Amino acid sequence: MTTALALPAVHRRHVPVLVTFGLFVLAFATGALRYENFGTAQVFADLFIDNAFLLVVAIGMTFVILSGGIDLSVGSVVALSGMLCAVGTSRLGLPGPLVILVVLLVGTLFGAAMGYVIHVFEIQPFIATLAGMFLARGLCFTISEKQISIENGFFDTVALNRVALPGGVRVSAGAIIALVTFAAAVYVLHWTRTGRNVYAIGGGEQSALFMGLPVARTKIQVYAISGFCSALGGVLFAFYTLSGDGLHAVGMELDAIAAVVIGGTMLTGGSGYVVGTLLGVLVLGVIKTMLTFEGTLSSWWTRIAISVLLFAFIALQRLVGIRRRARSSPSASSPAPASPSPTS
Amino acid sequence: MNPVNAVSRANLARLTRHRLFWPVAVLVLLLVVNAVVTPGFLAIRVRDGHLYGSLIDILRFGAPLIMVSLGMTMVIATGGIDLSVGSVVAISGAMACYLISEGQGLAVALALSFGLCLVLGLWNGLLVTRLSIQPIIATLILMVGGRGIAQLITGGQIITIDRDSGYREIGGGHLAGLPVAVLIVLASVAAAAVLARRTALGLLLESVGGNAEASRLVGIRASGLIVLGYVFCAVCAGVAGWMISSDVSAADGNNAGLWIELDAILAVVLGGTALTGGRFSIAGTVVGALIIQTLNTTIYTAGIPPRTTLVFEAAVVTFVCLLQSPAFRAKVGRRRPGGPVPPPTDPPSADKKVEVPA
Amino acid sequence: MTEPVLEVTGISKQFPGVRALDGVAFRLFPGEIHALMGENGAGKSTLIKVLTGVYQADEGRMTLDGAERRVHDPPHAQRLGISTVYQEVNLCPNLSVAENIFIGREPRKFGRIDWARIRRRSAELLARLDLDLDVTAPLGAQSLAVQQLIAIVRAIDLDAKVLILDEPTSSLDRGEVERLFGVMRRLRDDGVAILFVSHFLEQIYEVCDRVTVLRNGRLVGEYPIGELGRFDLVSRMTGQELHDLEQLEEAAPAITRGRRLLALEGAGRTGAITPVDLEIHEGEVVGLAGLLGSGRSELARLVFGAEAADTGRVRVGEETVALRTPRAAIDRGIAFCPEDRKADGLVMDLTVAENIVLALQAARGWTRPLPPRRRDELVGEYIRKLRIQPPSPGTPVRNLSGGNQQKVLLARWLITRPRLLILDEPTRGIDVGAKTEIQKLVVALAGDGIGVLFISAELEEVLRLSHKVEVLRDRTLVAELANDGSLTPERLLGTIANGAS
Repeated sequence: MTTALALPAVHRRHVPVLVTFGLFVLAFATGALRYENFGTAQVFADLFIDNAFLLVVAIGMTFVILSGGIDLSVGSVVALSGMLCAVGTSRLGLPGPLVILVVLLVGTLFGAAMGYVIHVFEIQPFIATLAGMFLARGLCFTISEKQISIENGFFDTVALNRVALPGGVRVSAGAIIALVTFAAAVYVLHWTRTGRNVYAIGGGEQSALFMGLPVARTKIQVYAISGFCSALGGVLFAFYTLSGDGLHAVGMELDAIAAVVIGGTMLTGGSGYVVGTLLGVLVLGVIKTMLTFEGTLSSWWTRIAISVLLFAFIALQRLVGIRRRARSSPSASSPAPASPSPTS
Repeated sequence: MNPVNAVSRANLARLTRHRLFWPVAVLVLLLVVNAVVTPGFLAIRVRDGHLYGSLIDILRFGAPLIMVSLGMTMVIATGGIDLSVGSVVAISGAMACYLISEGQGLAVALALSFGLCLVLGLWNGLLVTRLSIQPIIATLILMVGGRGIAQLITGGQIITIDRDSGYREIGGGHLAGLPVAVLIVLASVAAAAVLARRTALGLLLESVGGNAEASRLVGIRASGLIVLGYVFCAVCAGVAGWMISSDVSAADGNNAGLWIELDAILAVVLGGTALTGGRFSIAGTVVGALIIQTLNTTIYTAGIPPRTTLVFEAAVVTFVCLLQSPAFRAKVGRRRPGGPVPPPTDPPSADKKVEVPA
Repeated sequence: MTEPVLEVTGISKQFPGVRALDGVAFRLFPGEIHALMGENGAGKSTLIKVLTGVYQADEGRMTLDGAERRVHDPPHAQRLGISTVYQEVNLCPNLSVAENIFIGREPRKFGRIDWARIRRRSAELLARLDLDLDVTAPLGAQSLAVQQLIAIVRAIDLDAKVLILDEPTSSLDRGEVERLFGVMRRLRDDGVAILFVSHFLEQIYEVCDRVTVLRNGRLVGEYPIGELGRFDLVSRMTGQELHDLEQLEEAAPAITRGRRLLALEGAGRTGAITPVDLEIHEGEVVGLAGLLGSGRSELARLVFGAEAADTGRVRVGEETVALRTPRAAIDRGIAFCPEDRKADGLVMDLTVAENIVLALQAARGWTRPLPPRRRDELVGEYIRKLRIQPPSPGTPVRNLSGGNQQKVLLARWLITRPRLLILDEPTRGIDVGAKTEIQKLVVALAGDGIGVLFISAELEEVLRLSHKVEVLRDRTLVAELANDGSLTPERLLGTIANGAS
C-alpha cells in the first residue's frame, strides 16, 4: 500500500509554508550579506524578543482564521490587558502574578463572549469582533486617557532579566513564553480533537455539523483562545514597554492577520499551520530589522512590504483555490446540498 | 374609536414603518437631550456673516464621516465592504498637502490627489471582481499598505502647509455663511442621489447586492457596477481626506482617518442599509453619520473623555446588529410567550434544492 | 421476510402553507436496496429529513430495530445507526481521507490522537471496498465519486444499519456509477439497509430491490421492483392516471410555422445534458416533458447561456453563436423565467415596478435610465395586461403571492419584446386562476409570433399548449413528438417511462 521507501512527498498544502520559509531564509541571508553584525545568533534571537507579543497574538489569530472566522479585537485587547496590568500593579498595588492571572481570565472571557455572540446570534465574526475592538479600546480610555507606567518588582524582574543560552545568546522571558505558547498551539491543533475540529469547521461548518462535531463549543473555544492569546500578548507587551496605554498596539490586528496569511493560512479557513504563522511573524520581524539596520530607509516601507506580501499570498491562495475547485467539481454551479438549517 | 383617530393611527403606523423613522428618531432624541442639558445648544448665531453654533459644528465636524459613509453605502449596497477608506483618507490628504508644500497650485494638487484615489478604488474593485477575492480580504490589503503609502508621500513627517493657501478653505473656510466642508457634503450627497436615482445605477446596484444570481440571469454586467462602487467609495474617502487635512493644515499619514472605516460602516448600518447588500438609503446614511457625530459631541460636552465614545459605539454596533440578526429575533420571539413563531427557512424551496440539481 | 430495521407510520409534517407529508408510512428491511421515488413536492426530501432528524415530524411513529425512537438531530441519527450520504459530499475537503473517516471519534493514546492507528484503520476499511488510496491525501483531491465512497466508509464504520444515499449518482459518470453500485450490493449482502434516491429510472431498475412511491406528500405504494413496470412507476409518480386526463378541450392551435428562431445542433454540456438537436420556430410552443431531474432545466439553461454548452453548435436565426452568458442570449432576443423564482428570478428587496423594468434596464445600461413616464406606462400596462395583484407598482415584490410573482417575472421579459421565451415550470405552486391566465398568455404570445420553450411537470398542460413535445429522460433527449391528434397522454407517458418507442 504505502510506498515506505519514497521520500515524504511534498503535499500541496505544505507549499505555502515552504514558500514562507524560503522567504525568511532569503530575507535573513540578504540582511546578513548586506549588513555587518546582522547574521548573528543574537539578531535571530532578537526577532523572537522583539516580536514575542505579536507571535502570541498571531497564534490566537491562527486558530480563529483556521476556523473560518476573523478577530479584529486583538490589538485592543492587547492594549486593554496592558492597561489592566498597569492599573492592577501601580494603582491598586496588587501582586504581579495575581494581576496577570486576572488579565488572562478577562481576555479569555472577552473572547468567549464574542464567540458566543457570533455563534448563537449568527453575527458575522467581522462585525462582532469589531464591536469587541471598540469596546476594549474604549474601556482603555475609560480607565485612563494617559499612559500609566508599571512600577512593580515582579514585572521589572521579568522584563529586565535575560536568560543566557549556550553561545552567549540571551533571550527574554517574553520570547520563551511565546515559544511555549507556540509549542502548546502546535500540540492542540495537531494532536487533540479540539484542534482537528477547528480545521473541520474551517473546511465546512455544515459538514462539521453533519459529522456530529461540537461546532458551537469549538467556535466559542476558538475565540476564547484568541482572547487568551491577546491577553497574554498584552502581558508580554507590558513586559516589553513596562507601561499601559490606550494607544498601544493600534493596528496590531492587521499585523497579526498579515503574519497568519503570509504564513500560508487560507483566510477562508481550514488550511494552514501554526508553524507558518511563526514564519510569518519572523518574516515581518526580519523586514523591520533590515529597515533598522538600513537606517536611511524608513519604517513605512515595512507596511508597504507587508501589504505587498499580503497581496502576493492572497492572490496565490486564490489561484490555487480556483484550480482546485475546477478540478474537484464538474458542475460548479450546482446548488448546495440539503442544508439542515440548524436553527430552525 | 372615531374615524379621524383611526386615520391618524394608520398614518402613525405608516410613519413608524418608514425606513428612516428610527434613525431620525434617534437623532432627534440625541438633539433633544443635548438641548436640555446644554442651554443654547440649538442656537445658531451669525458672526462675521458666518453661521456658528453647535448644530453647525456637528455638520462641519461630521462632514468627513458623511463623505466616507456615502461611498461606503454604495459598496455595501453591492454586498461588499471597503476597509481601506481610512488609508485612502490618509493618502489623499498626504498627496494634496505634499504637492501644495512643494509649491504646486491648488488645482493641480487636488487633481493629482483625486486621480490617485481613482486608481486606488480601481485596485480594490478589480481585486473583488477580476480575482474574485472576498471584499473584506481584498480591501484589507490596501488597509494595511495604505498608511505606508501615505507616510511614503509625506516622508514620514507630518506635512504642515501654509495657512494662507486656498487649501485651508476646504475644511475651515466659509462660503455664503456656511462652512465650505458642509457645502461640499451637500453637493456630494446631491450628486450621489442624482447618480443613484436619476440614472439606473441605484437600481442595478441594489439588484446585484440583493440577488447576484438573478441579476446575472437578467443580463446585468455586475463587474463594471461593482468596480464603479469601489471607485466612488475611494473618491469620497479622498475628499474626506482633504477636509481632514485642510482643517488642521497638516497631513498625518499615521492618524488621519484612523478608525473612520468602522464609523462609516456603522453609519451605513444605522441608516438602515443591510450589510448583506441590496436596498440602500443615502438619506439614511447621512442621518446615521449625524447620529455618530452628535453622539461624539454629546459625550464631549458631557465632559466624558472623548475616546470613551468607542464604548458607546460598541454598544450601538452590538445592539443594531443583534436587531438585524434573524437568529436573535427568532430567539427573542420564541422566548416571549405567545410571540410569533418564526417560520422555518422556507421549507418548500429548501426541499427543492435537494431535488433539482442544476 | 425478516422484521424491518426501520419503520415509520402515519408521518405528517406541516410547513406554513404546505402539508409536506401526510400520513406517510415507510419500511426498510435489512439487506435491501430500496428506492424512494416521487416528483417535485412529493415529500421525498422531507421524509429523509425526518428520518435523519433534520426535521421533527408533527405526527407519526418511528421504530428502529423494533424499538420506538425519536431522532433529535443528524448526529443523533448517526448514533442510532442512520447515516446519510448526499450528492454534495458532507465531509471536509481540507482534511485528509483518513481523518474524514475518523474525525469526531479519533482513537487516542496517552490523551493525544493516534495518527498511525487512524491511517492503518482507514486503509483497511477502504481496502474492504477495493479502494486503494493514499489516506493522507486531502479529501478535496479525490474525485466526487471517491469522496462519496469515503463518506459511505465513514457511515459504515459508524455502524450504520440504515444508509441513505440521496442522489449520489447525479454527477457521476458511468464507470463511477458501476463502482458505487458494486459497493452498494456488497453492503446489502452484509445486511445493511440502503435507501436510494435517484432521478435516473434505469439506475433504479438496475440496483434496487423494492420501491416506495410518494406523491404530493402521500404514500402511493410500496412495490417489489420486478412487479412494477416503468410505465406504471412513472404514472404513479406523476399521478397521471389515464382516466383522469379529460379529453383535451382544444388541441394546440395550428400554426403557420414561421422562420426558424433557434437551432441546437448537438449542443450539450458534460455532467448536465447529453448533446441535443432541437429547433424552435416563430410562433411555436415547444414543450419539454420528462421527470424531475431528467434534464429539463439543464436544457433550458443551456439555451439561455446560463450555463454554456461545451459541445455542439447553437444557431440563432442563421447565425452560429456562442451563448456563453445570459447577456449574449438576451441580446439575441431570448428570455428566461427560471424555475426557482425566489433564488434565480426576483430581487425580493425591490418593488414590483423595479423588478419589471430590470431586464430592460440591464439591456440599456445604467447610464440610460428609462424615462420615468415611459417606465410608469410600461409597468402600468403590464400590471393591467397580466392582472398583477395588487396593481400597485410600489409594492415590495416579496409581498406578492406566488402567481403574481410569476406574472412579474413574465412582465419583466415581455417588455423587452423577446423573440424566444423560455418558461421553466411557470405554473408550479400557483393558484388555479393564475395558472389558467398564464396558459392563455402562452397561447396568445405564440399567436403573436413569439417562440416559446415551455417546461412543465404536468403532462396535461404540456399537451394542451405545445405544438411539439420534446421528451427527456435521464439527461438525454429521447424523442420529439409532434402534437397532432395522435399524441395521447398515454403515449407521452410511455415515452417518458421507456424512452423512444
